[in-house]
Amino acid sequence: MLNIALPKGRLGEKVYAMFEKAGFECPELMEPGRKLIFDNPDRDVRYFWVKPSDVAIYVERGAADIGVAGKDILMEYRPEVYELLDLDVGKCRMAVAGPAGFRDREDRTLRVATKFVRITRDYYASRGREIELIHLNGSIEIAPILGLSDVIVDIVETGTTLRENHLEVLETIVPISARLIANKAGFKFKTEPIQRLMKELQKEVEAK
Amino acid sequence: MFIQDEIMDAEERISFLLRELYAKAGYSRYRMSKFEEYDLYSRNKDFLFSEGVITFTDTNGRLMALKPDVTLSIVKNVKDVYPQTRKLYYHENVYRVSAAANGFREQTQVGLECMGNVDTACVGEVLKLAEQSLQLCSPRYVLEISHLDILAALVDAIAPGGEAREKILECAGEKNLHGISRVCREYGVREGAEDGLLQLLSLYGPPKAVLARIRALAKEYGAEEYASELAQAAAVFAGSDAESRVLIDFSATGDTRYYNGIAFKGFIDGVPGSVLSGGQYDNLMRRMGRKDKAVGFAVFLDMLQRITEG
Repeated sequence: MLNIALPKGRLGEKVYAMFEKAGFECPELMEPGRKLIFDNPDRDVRYFWVKPSDVAIYVERGAADIGVAGKDILMEYRPEVYELLDLDVGKCRMAVAGPAGFRDREDRTLRVATKFVRITRDYYASRGREIELIHLNGSIEIAPILGLSDVIVDIVETGTTLRENHLEVLETIVPISARLIANKAGFKFKTEPIQRLMKELQKEVEAK
Repeated sequence: MFIQDEIMDAEERISFLLRELYAKAGYSRYRMSKFEEYDLYSRNKDFLFSEGVITFTDTNGRLMALKPDVTLSIVKNVKDVYPQTRKLYYHENVYRVSAAANGFREQTQVGLECMGNVDTACVGEVLKLAEQSLQLCSPRYVLEISHLDILAALVDAIAPGGEAREKILECAGEKNLHGISRVCREYGVREGAEDGLLQLLSLYGPPKAVLARIRALAKEYGAEEYASELAQAAAVFAGSDAESRVLIDFSATGDTRYYNGIAFKGFIDGVPGSVLSGGQYDNLMRRMGRKDKAVGFAVFLDMLQRITEG
C-alpha cells in the first residue's frame, strides 16, 4: 500500500486531481466530512490530509511514502527526502518586500521580519548583508507598516495583499512550486508504484 | 560464560551478531576513548554527520570533545601499516546533534574500517560484510551502491567547481533532476550539457540491469576505469541470494573532499532512513597526511529500534 500525504486546502485538491488522472484515484477523498485518512484497496493507495508545512515531516519519518510539499518548506526545513518531481502547480515566489520605494541603507543593519528564518539567513549571508532577523508566525505584512522591520521575506502569489498594505516586491529570492517528495527508504521498497506514479505525473506536467 | 538469549534486547543481540560477524572475518576490536581533542573535528567539520560538538576543557587546559565520530579518531590514532592492511571493528557511542531529538543525542554504532593496502578485493569484502550486516538486522533490506568518481566526472564536465558544483551534488543526493537543470540554467551552463548526468541518476536498479549503460556513459566522460571498479564491486554478489537486494543508485553520494570511489548505504523496510552508511575515504586519509587507503562502514543501531520493537 502506497501512503500519500497531501497538503490540506486548495493546493491539495489540485494535486489530488493530478494523482486521480494518473490512475491513483480514491473517490472517498473528495467527499465532505471530517475524515482524514482514506483507503482505496483497488489502487493500493492510502491518502491523508495534513497541514501543508507538516507533509515533509510525515514523509521524512516514513509515516507517508510520498507526499506533496512546497519548495519553500523543503528549503526551510531541509528534510532528508527525495525530491522527485516539480509538479508545476501552486506557483509563487519567495520574495523580499517592503514599503513602496524602499531603499536599503547599507550603513545600518537591515531589519527583516519573516516566517522563513533559514531561507532569509542564507539569502542575506550569500550577499554578505548584515541583518537583524525577526521571526514571526503570521501577518508578516504588518511588520514594516508598524516599524517592526524594514522589509519582510515571504511568499508572494499575486501580490494583492502586499499592494493593499502599500508594500511591493523588492527582490525575488526563488520561484516556488509544489514538489513530489518521497521517503528514502520507502522509495527502495515501493519503487515500482512510485516510479509509475512519477511517470504519469510527469506526463501531466508536460501536457500543461 | 553463556548469556541467555532472552536477557538481551534485540538491539544488543544484533550488536553481538555484528561483532561476531566482523571478528570471524578477521577484524579485531578497536576500543577508543570517549574524548578526543576538539581540534581534530574543527579541522574536518564537514566530514561529520551533524554540526555541533559537545566540548569541555580538560584539567590540563586542552579543549576536548565528546566523540561525534569514530572514523576520524581511528584514522588519527591507528598507525599507517602500508603495504599491510589493518582490519578493525568497533562498537562505540557517539554524540551528535539530532534534528529528531532537537538537540544532542547519544547514538550507538557498530562498524568496521579497513586501512592500508586497500584493493578491489578488500572493497568487495567490506561490501559483502555490509550486506551480511543488513541481513542480520532484517530479511527485508536493500544495499545501494554508487561510485563517487563516476558521479564527480559527470558533474565536473558541467560545473568543475564552486557553488554550482555543490548545488548539483546536493540535488543528485535528492534525486532532484529538475533541480539540476535549474541550477545549470542559473549558472549559465549550456542547455542539454547536463543530459549525461541526468541519465546516470535515472539509472536505478540491479547491477545486471544498469551496468552496461553506466559503462557506456562513463566512457563518454573518461571514467571507464571507475565503471570497471563499480562492476567489480557489484560482482561480489553475482549469483548469490543477495543479488536481488543490491541496487546501483548514484543518489548515494558523499562529500568528495573526504570520500571517493565506492559509496554505499543500507536500508531496511520499516525504518525511514539509512541504517548503514559507508564507502572508500582515501581523500580523508590524504587530508590527514596519510598515503594509505581506506574503506569502512557503520551500522546505526539506534535506527534499528523501530524494527527491533516490532
